[in-house]
Amino acid sequence: MSKKLAGYGGIGIVLLVLTLLICLGIGSVALPVKDIALIVLHRLPWIGDAIHPTWNPSFEQIIIKVRLPRVLLGMLVGAALAVAGSGFQGVLRNPLADPFTLGVSSGSAVGASILIYFGMQYSLIGAWTLPALAFVTGSVTLWGVMALAREGGKIPTNSLILSGVVMQSFLGAIVSFLTAMSKQTVNEILYWTMGSLSLRGWSYTAILLPYFLVGFLFIWSRARSLNLLSLGERQAAHLGVNVEGLKMMVLLVSTLLTAAAVSMAGVIGFVGLVIPHVIRLIAGPDYRYIVPLSAIGGGIFMVWADTLARSVLAPTEIPLGVVTAFVGAPFFGYLLYRNKKQRRGISS
Amino acid sequence: MIEVSGVGKQYGDITALNRLDWAIGEGEWWGIIGPNGSGKSTLMRLLSGVEQLSEGAITIRGVNIADYSRKQLSRMMAVLQQEGIAPVHYPVREVLEMGRYPYLDWLGRDSKDDVDTLIEGIMDKLELHDLAERPLDELSGGQRQRVALGQVMAQEPQILLLDEPTTFLDIHYQQQFMELVAKWRKEAGITVIAVLHDLNLAALYCDKLLVLRDGRAVGSGTPAEMLTAERIGYVYEVDPVVVAHPSNGVPQILLTRQV
Repeated sequence: MSKKLAGYGGIGIVLLVLTLLICLGIGSVALPVKDIALIVLHRLPWIGDAIHPTWNPSFEQIIIKVRLPRVLLGMLVGAALAVAGSGFQGVLRNPLADPFTLGVSSGSAVGASILIYFGMQYSLIGAWTLPALAFVTGSVTLWGVMALAREGGKIPTNSLILSGVVMQSFLGAIVSFLTAMSKQTVNEILYWTMGSLSLRGWSYTAILLPYFLVGFLFIWSRARSLNLLSLGERQAAHLGVNVEGLKMMVLLVSTLLTAAAVSMAGVIGFVGLVIPHVIRLIAGPDYRYIVPLSAIGGGIFMVWADTLARSVLAPTEIPLGVVTAFVGAPFFGYLLYRNKKQRRGISS
Repeated sequence: MIEVSGVGKQYGDITALNRLDWAIGEGEWWGIIGPNGSGKSTLMRLLSGVEQLSEGAITIRGVNIADYSRKQLSRMMAVLQQEGIAPVHYPVREVLEMGRYPYLDWLGRDSKDDVDTLIEGIMDKLELHDLAERPLDELSGGQRQRVALGQVMAQEPQILLLDEPTTFLDIHYQQQFMELVAKWRKEAGITVIAVLHDLNLAALYCDKLLVLRDGRAVGSGTPAEMLTAERIGYVYEVDPVVVAHPSNGVPQILLTRQV
């Protein structure tokens, strides 16, 4: 098992580092990969001292102050959403579940935009206020969606997706309403509805990192139980899984990850849907691989999406949520189509 | 080994099981028989601890079933469901290894050193070697049921609960399945409790039968005592003929055409 993980994980990390180096160089000022590598290495402890600056100092400013925080935040947001997606899919045993389609992202965005509307982002518990309230509203939304979708103790795929859409439209309307009502803060709320990583300094990355690490490690530690759950809930219980406790905890932690990501970068759809699915196609159904590989894959995907968003029509930035939706929505449609075909195959 | 005393279960206004008393000894093979809706499956769910009792108590080795943690219970008792395992895309070997879940510590280490030998041994017994790397969703129903049996074997329980395990199997796999369980019981001395629809199979393999009707026990005892034309007629509302099996004398039930 560990050999397979090391193999896929190794490839993943190489791709992640390449992504980092290449995407740091893309922008209004193109930077050579060699300089980027040296600048980043120079900043690392221990080995940093061995490298002497040979690059243009303004390059270093661009990298360290502007592009690196953005790229790292993108990686964390992508990883958090993808891990949350794999958690939702594991618990609901449904490949179409993800933070966006379940409405959890929109729910978190409502909490965030209410705070912004009233200008209270930093009240109560400082910079942690936004993620905390986003978590609360995201959890309430998840609870609402599941209550709406439940039919006699079971949650069928179709009604889950429908309830997600219903919730999403309603909550989206609240956010749009707040956007329309507010005069000065209009641009800031618009971020939440479309997603963006721009103008985010190091402090955002610093807040998101502990959220991500705790959430990621927790869901990864539950991977074996999620594998058993895929055999069926009763079967998992007979094998010693505390099913209700597992479902509750993984749903909560996935919502927490979503809320943290949304409060940093707004609503970015489909990452949590596409990435775990692609990983599943590559590495199989085992959550011991899906969770860590989704984290890496989500990071890579998000950084590339953001690079596209800021460079294709530069200097105009395309909202990040638009880019991921261009990729994700057709993929979602494809999954629905395949799902339908499979069911027809079974019934005929 | 298992004491069921005054156990009842209500779902809303419906009483599925009514004040049942039952004692199961170590190493016995019990069959639970009765018509649809008589409370067999409810009883199984209560015994396996996935549902709460409405009244009464079930104890295993003197300890109330509710006082065991899910993992403790799973180390002692394994359950094989009617529908077996969902057709997931895991290879057979990994599905068998999942049976070790209750023995893993928080780092995923097994409390037994030699798990590979155990799994190999199970694959020998169940002739699963050729299928070891095949994903479960590509196997036939009979093969999947053999894998499900392998998984509960890997669980190394002292009690095995079978919930209509042969329903979806043809007679070849039915016999194979029951023989495998019988062999396992002979070797490991496990206690077996099986819900069976097929009365003839129940008569062939079980030491004792518990007969249920409308959530109440109608009787319990050896197959010869329980499977009388009178009792079967009353419980199932049929008019059967009971004959002795030509080679071993256990009762076998035949139906008679009415029209």
